[in-house]
Amino acid sequence: MLTVLFFGQLKELLNTTELKIEGEYQTVAELRQQLQKKGENWQEFLAHGRALVAVNQTMSNEQSVLSDNDEVAFFPPVTGG
Amino acid sequence: MTHFTHIQVQNEDFDFAAEYQKLRDSSNSDGAIVTFVGLVRDTNLEQDVTGLFLEHYPAMTKKSLQQIVEQARQRWPVGSVTIIHRVGQLNVSEQIVFVGVTSEHRQAAYHANEFIMDYLKTQAPFWKKESTTQGDKWIEAKQNDHQQAKKWE
Repeated sequence: MLTVLFFGQLKELLNTTELKIEGEYQTVAELRQQLQKKGENWQEFLAHGRALVAVNQTMSNEQSVLSDNDEVAFFPPVTGG
Repeated sequence: MTHFTHIQVQNEDFDFAAEYQKLRDSSNSDGAIVTFVGLVRDTNLEQDVTGLFLEHYPAMTKKSLQQIVEQARQRWPVGSVTIIHRVGQLNVSEQIVFVGVTSEHRQAAYHANEFIMDYLKTQAPFWKKESTTQGDKWIEAKQNDHQQAKKWE
């Protein structure tokens, strides 16, 4: 089971803080594609390039491999400092 | 006294003088200390800012800042490093972030401090939401910040 988190404005746009996802996803790309099917908002705001991704608290990319019990976070480009 | 890396993410304000003193006390062989402080500005893109909310990804922030410091250490002979980043609700003119670096000679401290800020601005999981006289607004990442970070590649 994957834990999927959302931060920043993305959390508001998707009206979701956290999801628990069952099923097998080999890569971030596969997971992203599946989540985008949830609706128009998801299709648009979760698009590659609009939403960055971290796997187990490390910045990752579309090819990053996922394992069971991983924590995946999606968020807008960061604006700290 | 030994060199340290001190990373703190907190809502409370930090004491600049105290942080500087800790860096200073950490070594007698370091001849340089370079510090940066980021503040909440009262205007952004011509709107009056009344406050700032800093959201963050708690499990990732410290880890991300540690990785940035490790990269700085690989590139330059840096002594002690302190990063303090505030989160939560802040008012105009308040301190947001402190980055302090020591080194034997000034080049390493100057470069490492700039590097740490450039990478923090593009990699560390914080997001700013401004309150303005015209409502709340999430700040958008700046192209300029990404270009600044690229110069280190």
